[in-house]
Amino acid sequence: MRVNFTVNGRPQEADDVWEGESLLYVLRERMGLPGSKNACEQGECGSCTVRLDGVPVCSCLVAAGQAEGREVVTVEGLAEFAEDRAKDRAKDRAEGCATGACGSRGSGGSGAGASLDEARRRQAKGTDSQTGEGIELAPIQQAFIDAGAVQCGFCTPGLLVAADEMLERTPNPTDADIREALSGNLCRCTGYEKIMDAVRLAAARQSEEV
Amino acid sequence: MAANGAPTTITQGSRTRGGVGESTLRPDGTLKVTGEFAYSSDMWHEDMLWGQILRSTVAHAEIVSIDTGEALATPGVYAVMTYDDLPTDVRTYGLEIQDTPVLAHGRVRHHGEPVAIVAADHPETARRAAAKIKVEYRELPVITDEASATAPDAVLVHENRDDHHIGHVPHPNIVHRQPILRGDADAAAARADVIVKGEYYFGMQDQAFLGPESGLAVPAEDGGVDLYIATQWLHSDLRQIAPVLGLPEDKVRMTLSGVGGAFGGREDLSMQIHACLLAIRTGKPVKIVYNRFESFFGHVHRHPARLSYEHGATRDGKLTHLRCRIVLDGGAYASASPAVVGNASSLAVGPYVVEDVDIEALALYSNNPPCGAMRGFGAVQACFAYEAQMDKVAKELGMDPVEFRRINAMEQGTLMPTGQPVDSPAPVAELLRRVKAMPMPPERQWESSEGADVRQLPGGLSNTTHGEGVVRGVGYAVGIKNVGFSEGFDDYSTAKVRMEVVGGVPVATVHTAMAEVGQGGVTVHAQIARTELGVTQVTINPADTRVGSAGSTSASRQTYVTGGAVKNACELVREKVLEIGRRKFGSYHPAWATAELLLEGGKVVTDGGEVLTDLADVLEDEAVEVEEEWRHRPTEAFDLRTGQGNGHVQYSFAAHRAVVEVDTELGLVKVVELACAQDVGKALNPLSVVGQIQGGTTQGLGIAIMEEIVVDPKTAKVRNPSFTDYLLPTILDTPTIPVDVLELADDHAPYGLRGIGEAPTLSSTPAVLAAIRNATGLTLDRTPVRPEHLTGTA
Amino acid sequence: MDFLRPASWEEALAAKAEHPTAVPIAGGTDVMVEINFDHRRPEYLMDLGRIADLTEWEVGADSVRLGASVPYSRIMEHLRAELPGLALASHTVASPQIRNRGGVGGNLGTASPAGDAHPALLAAGAEVEAESVRGTRRIPIDAFYTGVKRNALEPDELIRAVHVRRAEGPQQFSKVGTRNAMVIAVCAFGLALHPGTRTVRTGIGSAAPTPIRATAAEEFLNAALEEGGFWDNGRVVTPSAAKQFADLCAAACNPIDDVRGTADYRRHAVGVMARRTLTWTWESYRGARHTTEGAA
Repeated sequence: MRVNFTVNGRPQEADDVWEGESLLYVLRERMGLPGSKNACEQGECGSCTVRLDGVPVCSCLVAAGQAEGREVVTVEGLAEFAEDRAKDRAKDRAEGCATGACGSRGSGGSGAGASLDEARRRQAKGTDSQTGEGIELAPIQQAFIDAGAVQCGFCTPGLLVAADEMLERTPNPTDADIREALSGNLCRCTGYEKIMDAVRLAAARQSEEV
Repeated sequence: MAANGAPTTITQGSRTRGGVGESTLRPDGTLKVTGEFAYSSDMWHEDMLWGQILRSTVAHAEIVSIDTGEALATPGVYAVMTYDDLPTDVRTYGLEIQDTPVLAHGRVRHHGEPVAIVAADHPETARRAAAKIKVEYRELPVITDEASATAPDAVLVHENRDDHHIGHVPHPNIVHRQPILRGDADAAAARADVIVKGEYYFGMQDQAFLGPESGLAVPAEDGGVDLYIATQWLHSDLRQIAPVLGLPEDKVRMTLSGVGGAFGGREDLSMQIHACLLAIRTGKPVKIVYNRFESFFGHVHRHPARLSYEHGATRDGKLTHLRCRIVLDGGAYASASPAVVGNASSLAVGPYVVEDVDIEALALYSNNPPCGAMRGFGAVQACFAYEAQMDKVAKELGMDPVEFRRINAMEQGTLMPTGQPVDSPAPVAELLRRVKAMPMPPERQWESSEGADVRQLPGGLSNTTHGEGVVRGVGYAVGIKNVGFSEGFDDYSTAKVRMEVVGGVPVATVHTAMAEVGQGGVTVHAQIARTELGVTQVTINPADTRVGSAGSTSASRQTYVTGGAVKNACELVREKVLEIGRRKFGSYHPAWATAELLLEGGKVVTDGGEVLTDLADVLEDEAVEVEEEWRHRPTEAFDLRTGQGNGHVQYSFAAHRAVVEVDTELGLVKVVELACAQDVGKALNPLSVVGQIQGGTTQGLGIAIMEEIVVDPKTAKVRNPSFTDYLLPTILDTPTIPVDVLELADDHAPYGLRGIGEAPTLSSTPAVLAAIRNATGLTLDRTPVRPEHLTGTA
Repeated sequence: MDFLRPASWEEALAAKAEHPTAVPIAGGTDVMVEINFDHRRPEYLMDLGRIADLTEWEVGADSVRLGASVPYSRIMEHLRAELPGLALASHTVASPQIRNRGGVGGNLGTASPAGDAHPALLAAGAEVEAESVRGTRRIPIDAFYTGVKRNALEPDELIRAVHVRRAEGPQQFSKVGTRNAMVIAVCAFGLALHPGTRTVRTGIGSAAPTPIRATAAEEFLNAALEEGGFWDNGRVVTPSAAKQFADLCAAACNPIDDVRGTADYRRHAVGVMARRTLTWTWESYRGARHTTEGAA
């Protein structure tokens, strides 16, 4: 079957999709977006977390056909998504919306919006082929690097998507809030301490900006 | 942003920015947070096929017949291969003993053994085709424990063994046996005021790395194959793969792709040979990716063990002797079993002074899942038992358990039961002192103004208690782990380092075959190059087999051995650079001839800090390159009868204090805090060091209260091959882990460093168990301890 | 495999009538695991995700009509007052990601004894609204579970909604798992006080072939509360009555030994949860009574 949906703001189409394929498989194997990870394929590890119409879900448990017409944000689009959100919020503030709720993108908002030109401009930025330096990062991505929250990195994409969404909803989380929000994301390397540090760091930086 | 005021003692500073001792950030960090980092399961090739493995549905059986006809006839299927299709006479592989069939031949010895492989144009096509392969089994009785393995009529798991252990094992179903005899345990036992015995069981743990086994094999025009793979040791894989394919090693070109964790589970081969066979057979690239179910069958696990311990002690708290017997279940194939036996026996006494010992460790062949390497192997199982014993003996003597350990703690100069002197710092008592001195977490931390926060109570979100039945307990443990490959193994690594000037800036390039599995070796290599060569820019080349072996990313050895090789190669490059400098500039300044010269900040400087010249002027357009092997000091085999011998390179020590809260009625446990103190010799990268310690600690927590592969004792089949029923600690199960890092240099090692990756996994488990015993008053002689063990309903 | 995408409820019913073997998929949290692990290859997969009505709920005077696909996260967030037991149970479902997708319809359709919603529905009292092209019927929750992973649905029926009685008293839910989050129930217990009818209802998960009520325990407690005038005098339930209630709840279990826990443990744990949840709900009832009286 054919499936059409929007990924990271750009329309995508996949052909010859087997009906039993998951959204995760289509992203990874058909759309060249392997950032979402295939660690358990049973919804127990969160490594495949993406936002589907704004909501964090395990993409391994979404049938490809269920994504038809929907909007998906993956780790590959997280930086752009976060930047657009920050712009919207700045605009809301400038226009006097104190809550941020009057903007175009709340927690259930769309992941779309970036024009193709905008995206190209961002992609054209010089990058170090090995370290990736020079790439624009979302605050949560930068915090994961800075706090040492990345070891093997296989859980990282799912954690980033989940943590980013949590900070969007709960800008000043308690430790217990962070743990609850990330309880669906397994990490086998870090013992989670540096992940906690990273989320606290991102929250602190976020509140400094406001 | 230290976690809840966690004390982290670290040293900083080096004269070139980003050098040894600094918490520099991972060079692969950006790629990993953007999803761009290419893991082995992310590999993709135009026109590639998908490989699928058909595995045995029974644990032990003769294969009567295999019919692949229908599978081969399936549209979209390109190849189906069984044992009969293997291209050469080399049809087995193995780390030490080549006893593992590439595909089953006439018999399967464990549940999930590979029987046939399929290549097709879509994973679902491959799965459906594999399901159409008809295998007829005639089931055989299963060997599942020591009694069934050594019974008079026991079926031999491997007939006609000709490996080098068969001569000294008491039964062919025993892979390897190592006694350690020293002093006179009987005489010492007679002096003891108390004798304490214990029988312990350690469950089978899974590495559960998150990145499943996967890789891509691409057939090459020269008849060879290019393999992109996640492994712990490229050259060990290569040595096993090439003969099965009938190819010379230079035609099997291996490149390390991104590795999603390892923890020992990637020391053995998984899908490597299968992907190469299918690629060569079909002439097309073949990708294989296990799903989580298959992953539980696709790699070896941590050996389950039965441990019988007897300690004696005098009234004043001195240990008199140890008698112990450790039976490890190696499962159907040898894998790393011999080395696991070596560690378990030689470290069975723990970090204590016990002069009279009678120790025996052995590994069985059985029809259980094959077991092999996992973080801390052999030492982890022993530590669980000897630390339980230490608490028992202390209790029997009416002594404080930490004080009792202090009295018996080994120190620099202590002789191991193998007769080997401990010739570098062994701060066992100090680590215990430090971990005990850390501030305790507040009582009833789960109480809030709005009532009990269930997230901080046993049971967590499941809302099982609001404080009822909850009792706090505290426990301590300390452990000892050997670093590096032991028992006379030629444990070397190779590094190639190149230095040149690019755009006026000196750049170092480091090329090794070291498997970066997440531990941060790539970060450390760059730091070493900066420190030794005085450059800022370091390029780390991808690991592959175009450079010499780096040995395994295991045994806490990579920073020591490959780090040592990089340091050594850098030193050789520096010498060459200085040689060029002397040739060009020696006549301009007497310091070139007289002073000790260093490379710092892109310049040649004297040890007094005087700048002689820019590196760019020395090198101009010349490149200096060195590829060199590096070895740590040699070890020797343990005597097969007495276990005596200088078998280990270095020892690593960590201590834990666990604070737990147990819902004593429901048997649920919340670990409130797991404090750790570890001696790391020298923290090359303090941030990574703490990350390793916290990660290892958490894996130990998992063993203590939830992780176990459950094997049916009647059928030897795995009952919980999924993340639904094999439970890993979540972020809500994991406490704060304050880390106190001690740096006492080992003068034998590069920078004085100590291998650190495994030690925290040892003492974490027994500390948690001790805390649960402290809370409940129960004996608890097995791990993991589950709710039924805490409520008398097992 | 065919993928059916009905755009409306009527289309879904027609498709189900035409293909009774079609497997409905909404949150995907059960079905996709089975497909990913090759445990199931349905001939037809029917996506209910386009039917907006299924993700809506209506709060009525006596009950809440909860669309089959309302995600657990919404129940937690929006129905805490009306359906406190189900909201608590929803909070224990798997992970945040799963709670964002899964709904009660999936739990009911799968009818696993380990489904987290069942004890809460049994305790609250509920009816399953099942529909086919032949018509609509309401199946009482007590009659819905017919065997291990079997339910009272006909092959052509789909679950449209569940009608859950609105809470008129305190409700609790507890679940035992060997991990502090993201865990399948080793066993679970739901308890609801119904002051209007002066009854209590229970629900037990994962401790029998189907989700069950501990009816003997309910009868005992109803009688004990009535006899002692507890509903009126608001006295503390005596420890002996609580113990008897807990013992009867444990006795109602018919559990098995499996990889997640022993039968003995399950019985034991259900007893402990029964006693604790009784304490919590009754204390809450007394507190509310006290407050009301104080206000009067």
